[in-house]
Amino acid sequence: MRTPLSIAWHRKVANWLLLGLCLAALGAAVAVLLAVLGYVIVQGAGGLNLDFLTNTPRPVGDSGGGMANAIVGTLILVGIAVVVGLPVGIGAGIYLAEYGRGRLATVVRFVADVLTGVPSITIGLFAYALLVVPLKSFSAFAGGFALGVIMLPVVTRTTEESVRLVPASLREAALALGVPRWKVIARIALPTALSGIVTGALLAVARVAGETAPLLFTAFGNQFWSWSLRQPIAALPLQIFVYAISPYDDWHRQAWAGSLVLVGLVLLLSIGMRLVVRRQRYGG
Amino acid sequence: MMTETTVGRPGRPSPREIRAALGRASTGRRGDAVWAILVGGCAVGILLLVLAITTLMVVESWPAVQRFGFGFIVGQRWDPVGGHFGALPFLYGTVVSSVLALLIGGPVALGSAIALSELVPRQLRGLLSALVELLAAIPSVVYGLWGIFVLAPLLRSAVEPALRTALGFLPLFSGPAYGVGTLAGGLILAIMILPTIAAVSRDALLAVPNDQREAMLALGATHWEMVWGAVVPYARTGILGGFILGLGRALGETMAVTMVIGNRPAISASLFAPSYTLASVIANEFTEATSDLHLAALVEIGLVLLGVAVVVNALARLLIWQIERAGGSAAAGPGRGR
Repeated sequence: MRTPLSIAWHRKVANWLLLGLCLAALGAAVAVLLAVLGYVIVQGAGGLNLDFLTNTPRPVGDSGGGMANAIVGTLILVGIAVVVGLPVGIGAGIYLAEYGRGRLATVVRFVADVLTGVPSITIGLFAYALLVVPLKSFSAFAGGFALGVIMLPVVTRTTEESVRLVPASLREAALALGVPRWKVIARIALPTALSGIVTGALLAVARVAGETAPLLFTAFGNQFWSWSLRQPIAALPLQIFVYAISPYDDWHRQAWAGSLVLVGLVLLLSIGMRLVVRRQRYGG
Repeated sequence: MMTETTVGRPGRPSPREIRAALGRASTGRRGDAVWAILVGGCAVGILLLVLAITTLMVVESWPAVQRFGFGFIVGQRWDPVGGHFGALPFLYGTVVSSVLALLIGGPVALGSAIALSELVPRQLRGLLSALVELLAAIPSVVYGLWGIFVLAPLLRSAVEPALRTALGFLPLFSGPAYGVGTLAGGLILAIMILPTIAAVSRDALLAVPNDQREAMLALGATHWEMVWGAVVPYARTGILGGFILGLGRALGETMAVTMVIGNRPAISASLFAPSYTLASVIANEFTEATSDLHLAALVEIGLVLLGVAVVVNALARLLIWQIERAGGSAAAGPGRGR
């Protein structure tokens, strides 16, 4: 005789089977991460040497050479992106957090979220039409501008969230002392929210540092050193792309080494950011 | 009521003096105005930017829009030399690879989210969540490189022959195994959208109040029945938002897909065959396009991509906002619409 509380065997089996499948899915996700990272580390370490980090690319058939100019180029492009995207993003984020109650704020919030989802290659087309066509040249500035546009909505939303987290009591205390509203924001709210804003900025930088598509027809790439913002400039992701689809083994090896440098750069930013956030949250 | 004529005692400022001093002190009204205009300008700047993106792309693509009209979207022939531009093969490749990515990546992401919110011990949750989210930090071009040298050879030598042996009677799994092709593109996309779907779904599941779980368990449900019967339905709006957000990412993803999908503008029933996506054709042909019409056609493809992305993302945001506004409760509550 079954007691009313016993569970039918097929329900038990379904329980373990389906929960097991969920765990297996999580395992698969982590396994894929490790497979990709592992491959990049193993293959990349083989091609990574001092030459790679200090030389410019050599012509086909001439082995050796490196991606030093591309590494510096990526840093320059990210620098331009920060100058373009960060101030406007932080400003808009402050607006949404401090003034954002009306219909305009809702629209801006929505548009910023949608802009986050616009394909990066479309942003590249925009930068091409806006800057490359009138200036008649592919340029570092056009590439950095495209990356800045991609950064913008990310910075806006993270700034909004961190400014919003500043306790109302802090604001009210300052306002009660007769401090003007703008000073309350600039001297009290912003410094309090600073670590959150920095986190958002790092997140955005990590995202754009690995972008390739918007650079294809803006920064364009360059085999040589370039310091001019009005000239085409090399970028690490671009160089990896060109080498990856080439038929040469030596270039493939360099593409892996470049990937290792790029992934290292991006993960350093992402993981470093997580540590900052954790320390802030747990007040360590 | 205070009288205006009260005179202060010696050594103390009179009310009139205080009022005068306060009048001289800045009320910050001007600073407030400047500040509000400054940050408001930044906010309006975002709107203007999106407006500029749309306008500029419409202007640049106008020659192609005028020349081909609606035929651009349904045309099958893409011949830059002959001046014929029909985007249907790219639209087809984009849709098929993205749907494939959702079919493969979606269940894995949902399973991961359930495992993260319902099964994994609290101490491990943070670490495992971070690992899954790291998948999103790896640059697209690195996925592409991995796809070319690891995934595609694996598909060519092992997976595709096995699929053909087992399911070869379906047109989906017929034809020669190239390795690079729609299946490789869909798989790479599945990996890339997995962290997005998993993170949004996990947050939605974690927002489900515990009394829902307890009520289900009190009715005698097994752990799984609790998850599937109470927790997942409660969080379904958020999960749907995550899936649509993932779809949006898949539709616009460029580099990784370009590197593994084979880049052949043909519509084929087989998943093994190479195809082409909207984003890939822009990436491959834009810098090499010589005629103005070719350029305009490529920008029009970008415009199509922009339109699709805006619609999909707007939909996803509206769903996710609905939950955030409701604080993960009422709007997503079970019983609604059932």
